[in-house]
Amino acid sequence: MTALFQTWGLPFAWASFASMLIGILAIALPLMLAVAMIIYVDRKIWAAMALRRGPNVVGPWGLLQSFADGLKVFLQETIIPSAANKGLFLLAPIITFTVALIVWAVIPFAPGVVLADINIGLLYILAASSIGVYGVIIAGWASNSKYPFYSALRAAAQMVSYEVSIGFVLISVVLWTGSFNMSAIIEGQRAHVFGFLNGYGFNPLLFPMAVVFFISALAETARAPFDLTEAESELVAGYQTEYSSMAFALYWLGEYANVILMCGLNAILFWGGWLPPIDWAPLYMVPGIVWFFAKLFAFFFVFSWVKATVPRYRYDQLMRLGWKIFLPLSLFWVVLVSGWLEVTRYGVFG
Amino acid sequence: MSLGYYIKSFTLWEFVKAHWLTLKYFFRAKATINYPHEKNPLSPRFRGEHALRRYPNGEERCIACKLCEAVCPAQAITIEAEPRDDGSRRTTRYDIDMTKCIFCGFCQEACPVDAIVEGPNFEYATETREELIYDKAKLLANGDRWEPALAANLAADAPYR
Repeated sequence: MTALFQTWGLPFAWASFASMLIGILAIALPLMLAVAMIIYVDRKIWAAMALRRGPNVVGPWGLLQSFADGLKVFLQETIIPSAANKGLFLLAPIITFTVALIVWAVIPFAPGVVLADINIGLLYILAASSIGVYGVIIAGWASNSKYPFYSALRAAAQMVSYEVSIGFVLISVVLWTGSFNMSAIIEGQRAHVFGFLNGYGFNPLLFPMAVVFFISALAETARAPFDLTEAESELVAGYQTEYSSMAFALYWLGEYANVILMCGLNAILFWGGWLPPIDWAPLYMVPGIVWFFAKLFAFFFVFSWVKATVPRYRYDQLMRLGWKIFLPLSLFWVVLVSGWLEVTRYGVFG
Repeated sequence: MSLGYYIKSFTLWEFVKAHWLTLKYFFRAKATINYPHEKNPLSPRFRGEHALRRYPNGEERCIACKLCEAVCPAQAITIEAEPRDDGSRRTTRYDIDMTKCIFCGFCQEACPVDAIVEGPNFEYATETREELIYDKAKLLANGDRWEPALAANLAADAPYR
């Protein structure tokens, strides 16, 4: 793309800037559209499992419901509480939304289709998604209201607890691949099990980590059963309580962009990303991007499915699961995986 | 804490069972009706929007006995009456404040001539509060509009009264 712009007579700096901008828009705009549709799909799945119909009035089968909601929210007034810290109050949703977008820079959609193919992609995701919690904490503090504040405290503790086990899960994946690069992690899964199954998730040694990662992803995105940050029966609407209009919509968009991201990460880290599930030539006829989105959507269905099924954890149960089960389990598994690799791949004893 | 307990909790057995159940529900027929397009059946005794009825010859039934006004627990009904030119006693004012009404049905029970009734209509939402303060003209218009349904409901319920 940069070369194309250079043939048009642009200097290199401008050409690379223009191609970067196009790349960013090519990810961010479809992502916003995907978020709108995924909210609709989420509501439909949730409704169907509760024997309800879900949105079905706006547009054919209610497909335009999210756009109608977006328009409504856009036309509303942004109310800033008089006791709130105005600067931080408005900054918080922007942080959440921006962080939810920038993480997508290192997600590979298909072979070579990635905005920034950096070799520490996984670390970048961990770092950027950790910043996301600042949006929530600042919102809780700047609102100057007790329920958002409680919610922000809960969110902070929850994110910290589950990022620990996510970190260990990622370590076992990285150990197996030998790289932090997202594309390398996907390539490492080619014909991983029995010589024809693509995906670390098919490996009996890594499958428990895939499950731990999925559950931790639910907690990271504050979805049911870990949605204590917006436990409406206790905290009104959690940290969003004082927000209205577009500020509220930014949280909503950021939250769902994060959900899609976590679904994508599940697909990339354990189920082969753009690779078909079986290493068989005819399956490669289907473009990699289709496999990636099919896996992503399958995970999103499970996200909604879980939301429609399980009740919310109590706070002590949430902490118990994070610190007393997932942390020792994933720590033990890192030792197990590294020991296995040491013996089989690097041959310490032989 | 037996071994079975640990196997169950580490295989997430209860979660798998619960998700299997909700998956079966996912494919089941919807329990909710598609409201504006489909409606639930209503009992003949359904107490909806009020109406003042007329006799088949067009004469209004209400004789201004004010029993409904007296019995109304929410004091939503206001009646003023005086003799008409032909000497019969009629209302000059018959107001129901629909924002006060609790739809108990006492007015139609009290009415000796089946004049005030609560009909099957429940779709009369308005944009302003003022529109919900019904006067005599509005109630008579309701009666004219819903008379076939009102008469059918009264006839259907008659054997049980």
